[in-house]
Amino acid sequence: MQKKRKLGRGVALVGAGMSKFGMFKDKDSKDLFAEAFREMIASVDKGFDPSEIDALYLGNFTNDFFVHQGHWGPIISDLIGLNPKPATRTEGACAASALAFREAVFAIASGFYDIVLVGGVEDMSKRTTEEVAEGLALATVPYEGRVGFTFPGVFGALATAYFAKYGATREHLMNITIKSHSNAPLNPKAQFPLSIQDMMNRKIENAKKKGKPMPTWEDEKAFLRDPAANPVVAWPMHLYDCCPISDGAACMLLVGEEIARNFSDDPLYVIGIGQGSGRGLHACDDLTYFEATRHAAKEAYGMSGLKPEDIQFSEVHDCFSIAELIHIEDLGFFEPGEGYKAVAEGLTRRDGPMPINTSGGLKCKGHPVGATGVGQLFEVWKQLRGEAGKRQVPKKDLRIGAAHNLGGTGGTCTFIILERR
Amino acid sequence: MEERTFSDISYEQYLNEEKLMGSKCKKCKALFVPPRSICVKCYSSDMEWVEMKGEARLAAFTCISVGPPFMIAEGYDRKHPYCSGVVELEEGARVDARIEGVDANKPEDIKVGMPLKVKFLHRGEGDNLKTYLAFLPV
Ligand SMILES: [Zn+2]
Repeated sequence: MQKKRKLGRGVALVGAGMSKFGMFKDKDSKDLFAEAFREMIASVDKGFDPSEIDALYLGNFTNDFFVHQGHWGPIISDLIGLNPKPATRTEGACAASALAFREAVFAIASGFYDIVLVGGVEDMSKRTTEEVAEGLALATVPYEGRVGFTFPGVFGALATAYFAKYGATREHLMNITIKSHSNAPLNPKAQFPLSIQDMMNRKIENAKKKGKPMPTWEDEKAFLRDPAANPVVAWPMHLYDCCPISDGAACMLLVGEEIARNFSDDPLYVIGIGQGSGRGLHACDDLTYFEATRHAAKEAYGMSGLKPEDIQFSEVHDCFSIAELIHIEDLGFFEPGEGYKAVAEGLTRRDGPMPINTSGGLKCKGHPVGATGVGQLFEVWKQLRGEAGKRQVPKKDLRIGAAHNLGGTGGTCTFIILERR
Repeated sequence: MEERTFSDISYEQYLNEEKLMGSKCKKCKALFVPPRSICVKCYSSDMEWVEMKGEARLAAFTCISVGPPFMIAEGYDRKHPYCSGVVELEEGARVDARIEGVDANKPEDIKVGMPLKVKFLHRGEGDNLKTYLAFLPV
């Protein structure tokens, strides 16, 4: 029997900040983290003195490779005046900062610390697309890279297995892209705050300006079917199935539950926190689910005593469209093989019964890999506190939200559930 | 069969010799390709080498237009994509492999479940010999 896991001491979230995500030639990791940190301080309702922070946990994946600088823990803690206090960097590929969050929770739950800053940062856009692809492929399984698999390639292969087993097609994945792009214009921090219709209008506008023949598309799916507008990257993954290359940072303030009200009138509580590890493609029992996500979900549901139907909305790791589809099944929101039908019916739209990726997801909000885990939790923070503005989930009595983060090709997955009391 | 360590290095050496080899747990009979030195089913380290027949079915695939530097060096690009896949061996284990003899510009014609046969792709010579595991449609 699986042991029922719980925290030795409750942990609350009392502040959160996130930089704008995008490709910034004139901003580096420190600039981005400073932006997130300033917003985090301002978000603490009752204010606080940053010198009271006991420690920093920081997620980062590729900076060693992309900006030739490693050892980011003490660099970032010095930036915000924390040194000589401890700073610890976590690496779990694209789940790096979700691991930082988890370690910070454990540090407080153990009673060792009371006030911990957790964050993530990534600076990816100073390299060519080929270099970024090569860098990210460091997180595939060695056997995969050796036969030519890229990141999008692995997810493309999972898509063909899913299609073959359940009868879904590329058209179903387009529903996910269209949905993410419909949320993004409502998120002022998104890298691509544009709907697919906006993208179409922009291309037509450009053609007009250049005196080229004006493209015509019947609808959004016709645009996504057009190989000139949406070229293949790793079939069946096309450009609009893939998240962009991004820079960004995010951070949060975690404190012991019993002191949370000293900081905030409206703290959130960490009630479920799961993590799992996955194997390479060749060693999976089945290519239509992520065992690491299922394990993370089992841990988080077990700890919280909640069921999938208790989660009112979730951010879900959509580095590729197929990833969102598989994960909404792995997290139990829909039965295996039913996710694509649910998306087609609009059930995962912002105004649907199970809103997924109200932020626009990694696809549109951006995916600065090391910042993504905390960036997803930032969206949950905004939604649960009713501060998400135009993209606020229209449900009444929003109390339980969650974020799912994946690293590599499923090697590390986390699922974190937050509650507003 | 000679005693080689149950490692990725041995796996690749065998590929150079045109052998697709896995390890089998003597205790619980679990099969691993590439080989494992520790059985993840029963934790035994008592392994033996077994050679795969090289007959398989396609379990999943992708046709890649934007590849890593070593594939670009082989002449693959947006106009000339290549196919990588996961194949299920007749013996039951799955391996990652390149899929040759298919038109990666026509992915609709490549079918999950199609029967395949092993092919060893040699690149370089002598100490620089590298062999890629590939499969071809039957
Ligand atoms: Zn065994």
